[in-house]
Amino acid sequence: MSAHAGGYSADPRIRWIESLPWIVAIAAFFALPEYLSLGARILIYILYALSLDLIVGYAGIITLGHSAYFGLGAYVAGILAAKAGVGDPMVQLAAAAAAGALLGIGTGAIILRTKALTLLMLTLAITSVLLEIANKATALTGGADGLSGVVVAPIFGLFRFDIFGKTAYLYCLLALLLGWWLVRKMIYSPFGTSLTGVRENSLRMHAIGAPVYWRLVLVYTLSATIAGVAGGLITQTNQFVGLNVFSFESAGELLVMLILGGVGRIYGAFVGPVVYLIAQDLLAKQFPEYWYFGIGTMLVLVVMFARGGILGILDSILVKLRRRP
Amino acid sequence: MNIALETCGLCKSFGALTVADDIDFRLESGARHALIGPNGAGKTTFVNMLTGALAPSSGTIALGGEDITAMGQAKRVKRGLGRTFQINALFRRLPVLDNVALAVAERRGVARRMLRAASAHDDVREESMELLATLGLAEDAGVRILDLPYGKQRLVEIAIALGLKPSVLLLDEPAAGVPSLESHRILRVLDNLPKHIAILIIEHDMDLVFRFAQRITVLVQGEVLVEGPPEEIASDRRVHQVYLGEQHHA
Repeated sequence: MSAHAGGYSADPRIRWIESLPWIVAIAAFFALPEYLSLGARILIYILYALSLDLIVGYAGIITLGHSAYFGLGAYVAGILAAKAGVGDPMVQLAAAAAAGALLGIGTGAIILRTKALTLLMLTLAITSVLLEIANKATALTGGADGLSGVVVAPIFGLFRFDIFGKTAYLYCLLALLLGWWLVRKMIYSPFGTSLTGVRENSLRMHAIGAPVYWRLVLVYTLSATIAGVAGGLITQTNQFVGLNVFSFESAGELLVMLILGGVGRIYGAFVGPVVYLIAQDLLAKQFPEYWYFGIGTMLVLVVMFARGGILGILDSILVKLRRRP
Repeated sequence: MNIALETCGLCKSFGALTVADDIDFRLESGARHALIGPNGAGKTTFVNMLTGALAPSSGTIALGGEDITAMGQAKRVKRGLGRTFQINALFRRLPVLDNVALAVAERRGVARRMLRAASAHDDVREESMELLATLGLAEDAGVRILDLPYGKQRLVEIAIALGLKPSVLLLDEPAAGVPSLESHRILRVLDNLPKHIAILIIEHDMDLVFRFAQRITVLVQGEVLVEGPPEEIASDRRVHQVYLGEQHHA
């Protein structure tokens, strides 16, 4: 599961080891039925992290405001379900995706004209503005109390969301599978390679005639769309939306998850949320007041000793093993 | 002879500092033209204005008769203007093949495609490999730029520019930082460049300039001092004073 860089020399075929996350996910469904709610949350965060990896890891766009798209997707799905009476989960998800895309293209077209700290601050500003709008528009969003009464109809009229979280888990797994397939395909495509080019040297990309700005706007929009879907999924599985979906903490947490797993590796977005959310769950039970200390220690260790994240550590171990006679 | 690239009254100022002053310049189709001048003469600024990386304060630039002064970099490249950089501007963590393929894919309009794998675009791969072979880099196709000797990196710079099939190629010090033994290899590559490409070379290595160029423009403090064939430039007293003189006394 080393870095997936794509490119004209890369073999795009799916390797056997890439089936591992799916085997683990299916095994968890049968082996850990009491943890399916946590499992669904992890799957959603993997999709969310995957969307972030696309822009941070592959296109080199730094952001602290990805929760804007996730949050908007969550609220759009929630408002449709709770206020507009649209119960069909597919319609909710499509609306969440469209909302993420629209916000992505609208904001991306503006903020991607900037770089570095300015860009970082603008991404933060966007999510802060949306947070405040959601806070004030109580009639629509429930404000600080959150939006409850989210009703999700059975999927395709057949599969009802059950209290054990079985349907939600499989539903999220399928959404993740589709998201992963799209992201992977994109990374190995000429478009993905050109994104790597922009990340590596935007000066040269301009000099070879690449419309760098538009490429960035496009990938940002695609990423926002996926984040919107992830937001829609969190609403459907929780049947509730709170202001925290827009919070800076949510965006920061996601970035921490990605760094933990490994940026620009596809599967770093799988490993990071699994480790982070399981650690959060375990530590919060054991040390309710100090659990952030454990997460912080983990992050410090990774940043100091493994710049490539957990997958980076695995990579370097594999390289050392291969070098041994 | 057709004019491939032409500037009229090109000026660039940064506040009170004028770095390009009323530059009238002509590059004929298929020409081998050199732009020389002491450090700070404004050569790279001039090239940056030609490519669109820097907007001129006034004046016009025409490529193949078309006014491109207000045109963005990407559009200029699509119209046939290629360049190399004085300091390597490569995709350092990508293999040599991908460095060239990115340019080829961009020119062929393949780079925006999302559904087929990049490596499945045989036309891009084959053209890139052919290009690398003509520059003697075929064996290095899979080597990352980070692991490539500097002299070869300079050749990759040229390969990327050639991948764009330019009608005008601006070479900004192609032999800069290259040991003299390897600079002959670069000169050989330059000698073998397709004859239809108009080439403007900016270079400090006078041996290379006088061997390569059919015409030389001398730029001093942002102004054209003199322009002519190499023998005229070599015997021009003003050039000796401001530029070559330093070389002769060295």
